[in-house]
Amino acid sequence: MDATLTPALTALSTQGLAIGYDHGDSARCIASGLDLTLPAGEFVCLLGPNGTGKSTLIRSLSGMQAPLAGDILLAGQDFRSIPPRQRARLVSVVLTDALPMGMMDAYAMVALGRHPYSGWFGSMGPADHARIEWSLEAVGARDLARRQVSELSDGERQKVSIARALAQATKVMLLDEPTAFLDLPRRVELMRILRDLAHSEGLALLLSTHDLDLALRFADRLWVLNADGQLIQGYPEAIAMSGEFAQVFETENLDWDPSSGSFRAHPIPCLHAKVVGEGIPALWTKRALERLGFGLTEDANAAAVSIEIENENQWRVTRGEQQHEFASITEMIEWLLASKWKR
Amino acid sequence: MRGMESNSRRITLFFSFTGIAIVLLAGLSACIGSVNLPLDVVVKTLLGSSDVDPVMRQIMVDFRLPRIVTALLAGAALGTAGLLMQTVFRNPLADPFVLGVNSGASLGVAIVLLALAPAGISLTAGLGASGQLLIILASSAGAGATLFVVLILSRRVDIMSVLIIGLMISYTIGAIVSILMFFSMAERLQSFINWSFGDYGNVSWMHMRLFAPAVLCGLLLSSLFIKPLDALLLGEPYARSVGTRVKRTRFLVLMAASLLAGAVTGFCGPIGFLGIAAPHLSRYLCRSSSHRILIPASIGIGALLSLASDFVARGPGLDVVLPLNAITALVGAPIIIAALVKQRNMQRLFG
Repeated sequence: MDATLTPALTALSTQGLAIGYDHGDSARCIASGLDLTLPAGEFVCLLGPNGTGKSTLIRSLSGMQAPLAGDILLAGQDFRSIPPRQRARLVSVVLTDALPMGMMDAYAMVALGRHPYSGWFGSMGPADHARIEWSLEAVGARDLARRQVSELSDGERQKVSIARALAQATKVMLLDEPTAFLDLPRRVELMRILRDLAHSEGLALLLSTHDLDLALRFADRLWVLNADGQLIQGYPEAIAMSGEFAQVFETENLDWDPSSGSFRAHPIPCLHAKVVGEGIPALWTKRALERLGFGLTEDANAAAVSIEIENENQWRVTRGEQQHEFASITEMIEWLLASKWKR
Repeated sequence: MRGMESNSRRITLFFSFTGIAIVLLAGLSACIGSVNLPLDVVVKTLLGSSDVDPVMRQIMVDFRLPRIVTALLAGAALGTAGLLMQTVFRNPLADPFVLGVNSGASLGVAIVLLALAPAGISLTAGLGASGQLLIILASSAGAGATLFVVLILSRRVDIMSVLIIGLMISYTIGAIVSILMFFSMAERLQSFINWSFGDYGNVSWMHMRLFAPAVLCGLLLSSLFIKPLDALLLGEPYARSVGTRVKRTRFLVLMAASLLAGAVTGFCGPIGFLGIAAPHLSRYLCRSSSHRILIPASIGIGALLSLASDFVARGPGLDVVLPLNAITALVGAPIIIAALVKQRNMQRLFG
């Protein structure tokens, strides 16, 4: 798959990178032999089950944690040879636990992003203030400038965190699960903002997330870290089709469904149902049956119950000799729940 | 300049008020005491006029003035040290003595007063000038030695562990002091307890030559770290990501804070509470987290609280001197409680 990756401009790359924890006498290696490229102007999502080392990778790439082996190259330069202040002009990070101590308004927090540029005592010029204003504007947090960070909602605080990283005016931005505590509309909004910023500003943006669905929809490229410490790079669609997702994420209770691009819970069903019908009512009837623990079948003889959907006002349910008609999906579900089923 | 400080009016007001209050209180402290001095004597003495009663002049120059200067310096030092510790440890309960400076000093003094003296070395008879100097030396040495140990240990661990190491060393030293006290005579014990009450009156002009430069050095050193301290408010990982050399900053800031705290404890005895109260009040009154504001604010409010506590401790109109350490807490604690009750969300402010 590497052959497909021919980035025009590499902002950050690694060679033989090994990450993990070094406890002096014993080292715990999480992943090794990582040859990664983060291209400028692309929005890359890092996926992987819990505990595979997504955070460790982000921390290692940002220099918060020393790698066990290998090199990290920033704009072609060895990471370690770049002094801290210069490095801070090249890479910015957004972590989930970004609560400032004490009374700090959003503007002051974003202003911390200007530290790599400001003077010894932190004095800022008009250009610094312009950049801060622009950063707040870019994430849609202009109105939050004078609010105390401690009083912001999770979503608002995450925007301010990203504005702080933007104020740093770096080439690379690394985000560790910034969408973790947000509701769906906020997550979509944030992903959209970040993708647009990557494209418009030429930022190399790496974001770790658990949100497969959004990553598939928004990312320009995916990095998938599996439990064996291997990292698969590629376009979202290519990875989704190749079945590599299935290998990485599938568990006893979860199936990768390539036709919908999502995972499905599958408690092993004892009872099967047959659904006849089309359109939206049929779709949600199947979802209801799955949720209640029925397996779906086409074979009427194997089905404990069969449901015919005439239209969105008529469900005809056949169970053995009995036949029932329901005028809404609510009534049908209530009947399913009220009936006794042999397990 | 929308960006600078939205609450610049509030901050201007704060500094004007604090400045005026310090001047008024200093004047009051100069005039009122065991002997009341008329205001014109105070002013004339300060202006260097020779047209003053020599006795009053001496009271003013040799007793009142050094005491006021000491109170101001000690308050400024403790306020700043407290602020530094709270920021570095990201902990609202941190005070200037979290690294064990206080207990180290008390061990030094306990050794001199309780262990050496009964062993036939009459060092502190009547606490004369040389005796006083010896106590200052002992407590400074104790504070310095403890600090040295904690800082050496702290280089290898994370910041939370430093806090706990400091606490454990304080307990250990406290235990040794208790044992020393257990084996001591009542009259020796009394002089040790008197030291532990804290007093601004022991710093003569001669001592001031050491005390003032130590405090001013500490304050100067602190002011060099305004920017990295701001960065530390978001935690060490973030500070590092904006280019702060975290380990170096941490070490030097702890040095500065401990120099300030150690100097005060050495010369005035352990003075509690100011170090915790001043930074909180500064944050609350200035509504700011920037150390560019908070360091001068903590200096101001620390000096003011310190002067006020000393004024009350000397019991104007009474014939007694109350323990300074008790007064700082009595003056400071209600202020903090009032601020917290009004603010309500300390937990969120300190994550």
